[in-house]
Amino acid sequence: MVKVQSVSSPVQAEYRAQEADHPTSQVATFGSDHPLPLDCGIDLAPFQIAYQTYGELNTAKSNAILICHALTGDQHVANHHPVTGKPGWWVTLVGPGKPLDTSKYFIICSNVIGGCMGSTGPASINPATGKVWGLDFPVITIPDMVRAQAMLIDRLGIDTLFSVVGGSMGGMQVLQWCVAYPERVFSALPIACSTRHSAQNIAFHELGRQAVMADPDWREGRYVEQGTHPHRGLGVARMAAHITYLSDAALHRKFGRRMQDRELPTFSFDADFQVESYLRHQGSSFVERFDANSYLYLTRAMDYFDVAADHNGVLAAAFRDTHTRFCVVSFTSDWLFPTSESRATVHALNAGGARVSFAEIETDRGHDAFLLDVPEFFDIARAFLESAGKTRGLADAGQ
Amino acid sequence: MSVEQPSLPLNGVAPRAADRYRSDHLLLAGMIESGSRVLDVGCGDGDLLQLLETRGIDGRGIELSREGVNRCVAKGLAVVQGDADTDLANYPDDAFDYVILSQTLQATRQPKTVLEHLLRIGRRAVVSFPNFGHWKMRVQLLIGGHMPRTDNLPATWYDTPNIHFCTIKDFVQLCDEINVKMERAVALNLYGRPLRFNAPWWFWNMFGEQGVFLLSRGEEGR
Repeated sequence: MVKVQSVSSPVQAEYRAQEADHPTSQVATFGSDHPLPLDCGIDLAPFQIAYQTYGELNTAKSNAILICHALTGDQHVANHHPVTGKPGWWVTLVGPGKPLDTSKYFIICSNVIGGCMGSTGPASINPATGKVWGLDFPVITIPDMVRAQAMLIDRLGIDTLFSVVGGSMGGMQVLQWCVAYPERVFSALPIACSTRHSAQNIAFHELGRQAVMADPDWREGRYVEQGTHPHRGLGVARMAAHITYLSDAALHRKFGRRMQDRELPTFSFDADFQVESYLRHQGSSFVERFDANSYLYLTRAMDYFDVAADHNGVLAAAFRDTHTRFCVVSFTSDWLFPTSESRATVHALNAGGARVSFAEIETDRGHDAFLLDVPEFFDIARAFLESAGKTRGLADAGQ
Repeated sequence: MSVEQPSLPLNGVAPRAADRYRSDHLLLAGMIESGSRVLDVGCGDGDLLQLLETRGIDGRGIELSREGVNRCVAKGLAVVQGDADTDLANYPDDAFDYVILSQTLQATRQPKTVLEHLLRIGRRAVVSFPNFGHWKMRVQLLIGGHMPRTDNLPATWYDTPNIHFCTIKDFVQLCDEINVKMERAVALNLYGRPLRFNAPWWFWNMFGEQGVFLLSRGEEGR
């Protein structure tokens, strides 16, 4: 068994539990009169959505951008994270003067349904039992997440979003927004994503889920009541997933075969190599902030995602006659959501007559590149939004 | 076939602004009605698309080079990375009013197939290409005995992307063969200025540095 260096402390478990129900965010609550109809056939009610906003909504309400977060992201895009204390996950892109300029746009990011940072999910308390939902929580899908976001956007009094932006699972939500609510999305920036999860990606997710469920501390999903946390299983899941977010070249450049604080191999199963130590750190820091059941639900939602399947197998039919302006971005070394997937999306958009830009960014940093400082990507995001803003008449709005 | 001399500079573009644009781009833009939907295949850095957008034309682009695409997208243009030889097949019939192929035909692997796609996707096509029948080319091959190189085509034979050169005469023959109607034809001289419109074909083929053609679909069932 791989040893994960630091074990999730009781203090962190408490933080996690608190954030799941009483987040350090704004919260929109929806009562029994406003259920969320889920794809599995269940109406979820009551439920809540935790969200952050940055910047000011203009009087015409025409400058709102919704950011959709990735699998293990959350609503804390550009502020310090309440559990880890680290800067927001997209401060490279979001802020005053940044491509997603908070002095120009009103930026919204909500925690997805099924998440563990304040929107209703398996780590929340089930009001019917007074206990944590756990595996009693219904299985959710990407369309369910987007449906919930649309209810939040309604609550905020916004009719049309100026843009919907996101990478990876966030990009899937962007595409789903354009399919489900085309008239409400003026422009869309789906990054490093696909209209369907590939067999290889489902396989990696299954590996992660099996690692969680094989941990004896998982307790059939009832670990909160039993005072445990499957930190070893979740840590292994994160380690495996993290490899898929990088690239061979990036790992080689960052670590090569260098040793960790030693010159000779120890002839043991310690973390002799820097890359091992790095992965263990990734695993252990992740389990401190993330709920294991939530990881099962969100990976499942990605697996089920297949836009074409909902349109008789014809992807182009999903985007027919759309007026949304698209900018699709992929990264050369991303093998989780390779350029070929983005190209298929672009072909479908073209066939549907959409106004679409598509840029492939050269980088060796793999799937994670969308979270990192990649200036060419920033220039494209900025120009795309500025050009869309001109068409939308945003030049002076919100300033 | 009607042959007319276009007026330069272009209507709607101020003479001073016109200096910013290439003369062949101004000529191409003049062949396109404002308000139409246009696909520019092989759009390079997007200069032509930018010119078209100033004229109220809804322009999209395809470009092979990643650098070109990214520069276009950074200018706010709707451009996708793609290959004229393989990706045109993915566009539906009648998706555009015009499809432009500017200085790109000679770099495609299947010029004939590409041309057929242009007039399937668009109701009209605008095609410009360097004329390999130009006298300078002929002289270099005849007297110099080497593959021609010019200011506009500086690449050597071993590193040129241009694999399917043709003359204006060749192109006219191809159009005939695949039942394409020539609405307008213009030959530009070395300085990008149109040649006399009433000159005979052999004159164009000898002194035209590039040919610019506005094409439409020929009669059905010919």
